[in-house]
This record gives sequence, C-alpha cells and structure tokens, in this order.
Amino acid sequence: MTPSLHCIELHQLEAGYDRAVVGPLSFSLDRGEIVALWGPNGSGKTTAMNAIGGGARVFSGDLRKRPGLRVSHQHQNPLSLRDIPLSGRELLALTDSDAAALPAAMQPLLARRLSELSGGQLQLLQVWACLTAPVDVVMLDEPTNNVDVAGVDFLRQVIVEARGGRGVLLVSHDRHFVEALGARIVEIERR
Amino acid sequence: MNWMATFDPMFFLPFATGLLVAAVLPVLGMYLRLREEWLAALAFAQLAAAGSLGAVILGLPILVGGLGVSGVAAAAKAWLARSGNNGYAILMVGGWGAGILMLANAPMADHVGHALFDGQLYFTGRSQLWSMAAFAVVAALLMRSLSRKLLLERMFPDFFRASGLSATRFHLLFDLLVAGGLALATASIGVMAAFALVFIPTMIAYRWGRSWRHSMVIATLVSIVAYVVAFEIALVEDQPFGPVLVLSLVVAASIAWCVKRVRSRS
Repeated sequence: MTPSLHCIELHQLEAGYDRAVVGPLSFSLDRGEIVALWGPNGSGKTTAMNAIGGGARVFSGDLRKRPGLRVSHQHQNPLSLRDIPLSGRELLALTDSDAAALPAAMQPLLARRLSELSGGQLQLLQVWACLTAPVDVVMLDEPTNNVDVAGVDFLRQVIVEARGGRGVLLVSHDRHFVEALGARIVEIERR
Repeated sequence: MNWMATFDPMFFLPFATGLLVAAVLPVLGMYLRLREEWLAALAFAQLAAAGSLGAVILGLPILVGGLGVSGVAAAAKAWLARSGNNGYAILMVGGWGAGILMLANAPMADHVGHALFDGQLYFTGRSQLWSMAAFAVVAALLMRSLSRKLLLERMFPDFFRASGLSATRFHLLFDLLVAGGLALATASIGVMAAFALVFIPTMIAYRWGRSWRHSMVIATLVSIVAYVVAFEIALVEDQPFGPVLVLSLVVAASIAWCVKRVRSRS
C-alpha cells in the first residue's frame, strides 16, 4: 500500500468479497474532518468501509493510508455480543476511551452489564468507545441503528463535540443525520 | 466427610495439583467462550489423551506426548488462521479415534488409558504438581496482557486489522496456552473432567456475572468449590475422581439454573 499525505485516500477503488460490489470510489479523509458514505441499502457502503478497514478485498484502484495510522472501527451492532458479561465501564476501558468525559446522561450505563442495556444505549456506548479512543481515524458503521429520535440528536452532538482532531468516516442511510453533522457526503449508488 | 484425609501426605499432592487445575481452567474457559470456541477444551483434552497414550507406547513421559500433540494442533490451527468450533470438532473426534485404537492395540497403555478417561487424580505425582504450578504462573503472567486484546478483538473485531496490526501472535499464544493447560489437566484429572472445568463454571458465570471481573470470580469459585466437594466425595466413597467432579459441576449448574429461574419469576 502506498503511503498518503491524507489520513485515508481512495482513488477509483472497487471492492467486495468474491467480486467487486462497490465502486469506483474516490475520496480522501483528513484529521478533524467528517466524511459520510451515504446511499440506499445494498449499495455497498459497509463493504467500502470494510475494504478501508482491511476486512474486504480491493479489486482495483488505490487505497492509501498515512503510515502508522491508528483506526477504531465500530461495526453494526451484532446481538450475540450482548451475552458477554461485560459492564459499560469495561467496554470503554478496552479502547482506552475516556469514561470520565462521558455525558452525564450516559454515566449510569457504565455500571450496568451490556445485556441490561437497550440496543440504542449499547450503540451509543460503542460509538463513544471508538470516538474517544486514542486514534487518528474513527470509522462508524450506521451509528444511528437502534437509536431513537432523541438519541440520534444526542449522537450528532457527541460526534461533533467529542471527536477532537480525529477524522470520522461514517456509513449511514440517514441523509438528515449526515447533513446535520455537517459531513462531506460521498454518495454511493447501487451497481 | 473426612476433611482431614485431604491433608494426609498421600492425598495432599494430588489435591494441590487438582486445586491448581480447578483455579486455572475456568479462566481459560472464560476466553474460549468469549471466542465461541469452547469445543477447543474437549478437542485439546482428547488430543492430549491420544498423545499421552502414544508416549506410553513409545516409552516417553506421558506429559511430553500430551503437551506435544496438543501444542502442535494449536500451532497448526493458528497457522491456518481458522476460528470457530468446526476445526476443533475434527480435532476432537480424531483424538478420540486415535486414543481408542491405541488402547485397543497396545496393552501397556491400558493403565494410563483408564487414568486418562476415568480421571484418576489420586495417582498424580510430584512432577505433575510442579508442572501445573509452573503453568499457572505462566498463564497468570500471559493473561494479564492477552485479556484486553482478546476482549477488544471480540467487541471491536476490526480494531487491530484497521490499524494494520496483526492479531496472529496473540492468537497463537492463547491457543498454545489452552493446549498446554488442557494437556496438563488431562494428565491429572482426565478428559471429561478437564472439559467440564472449562465449560460449566464459565456457563454459570456468563449468566450470573455483573461484569467481566465479577464473572471471572464466579467461574473460579464455582470451579474450586465443585472440585473440593468432588475430591472429598470420591475419596470417602472410593469412587473414580473424574466422573464425580463432572457430576458435582452438573449439580452446581442445575442449582444455578433453578435459582435464576426463581429469581426471574419473583
């Protein structure tokens, strides 16, 4: 992989698993920036993000990362993780994220076991764990999944205020959410 | 129960060996269940038994055979980068088949075979105690750094890969640790008892624990209490240790399940 001056840089990237299902895509992400991959279900947004994370295959084009780039990646929430007896505080400690800075409304979640949290509460904790980890780039896959209207507004505020200098790359089908974030939108269409 | 018999020098050695096994295996079991690879316990135990029987036939120390075969299997699994229970199921039935064939065709392995499958803890010697003690120290030191990595990878699967970091080395270390622990445990308490100590206390802890740390404490306590009770019953009633330990763990799981049901209804 060729080094890049940007945190992440894609040029005419086509990616997939058995065959290319998304692309060609070209965009870059720098520190402090929010870039949203937006498109309908099945357009390959998550596949594009997985290709950047190393979980999907690059078939053609260029994917460049700055050398030594540290990345956190929040997946769409797999339900099986809720069986793992982990408390909210332990979840945040895994990524070295800042539990003390967690908004007051979310502080009670720290002492609770993940299985006792609603889908939305777990999602918010996972986003916080990735967003405040000591990394350069945060990748969030459909962060508004399972989150109610009030939670989405809260999530928007958290992403804008807590990201610090980190670059944020997110996948979402929610156009209002990504516009409210002030994100640079990369539209992806079904092939 | 005759608690004092435990401190008879003749029984104290096996008691101490088994106590170390009972303290260590549930800790490994917590992470095997985390990776949804609990079948690894049975696979490595069966392979260790087959390796031990092979060592007897070749005139080698049984610990060498058990550790060697399960260690090679762990390294191969890590090298092939396979996860999940499928590979372990193949290893398990392969180990079982090889072990039974060796037992059927090599009369000199008969005594060791019964100890491995029945779990005759009372025949363990000083070398097994010291091996298990050394393993417990190594496991405690390694798990201090492996724990966070294993949990992080499970909760945030692409955290390492997305940053260009390899998880292969810590996977291999953990697999070797499990293989070593199961091989040593199988040599002293037998195949099924070793598997039960990995599987049942963690099953209870995953349901009852309020946090990871709390669950680790529950798993270890359940394991140790069930072990001590089984040791005394087997000693006083002159029964093979392995089956008594397995049944005491089954009783513990049944009690935990009933209490949970009652509490959830009230």
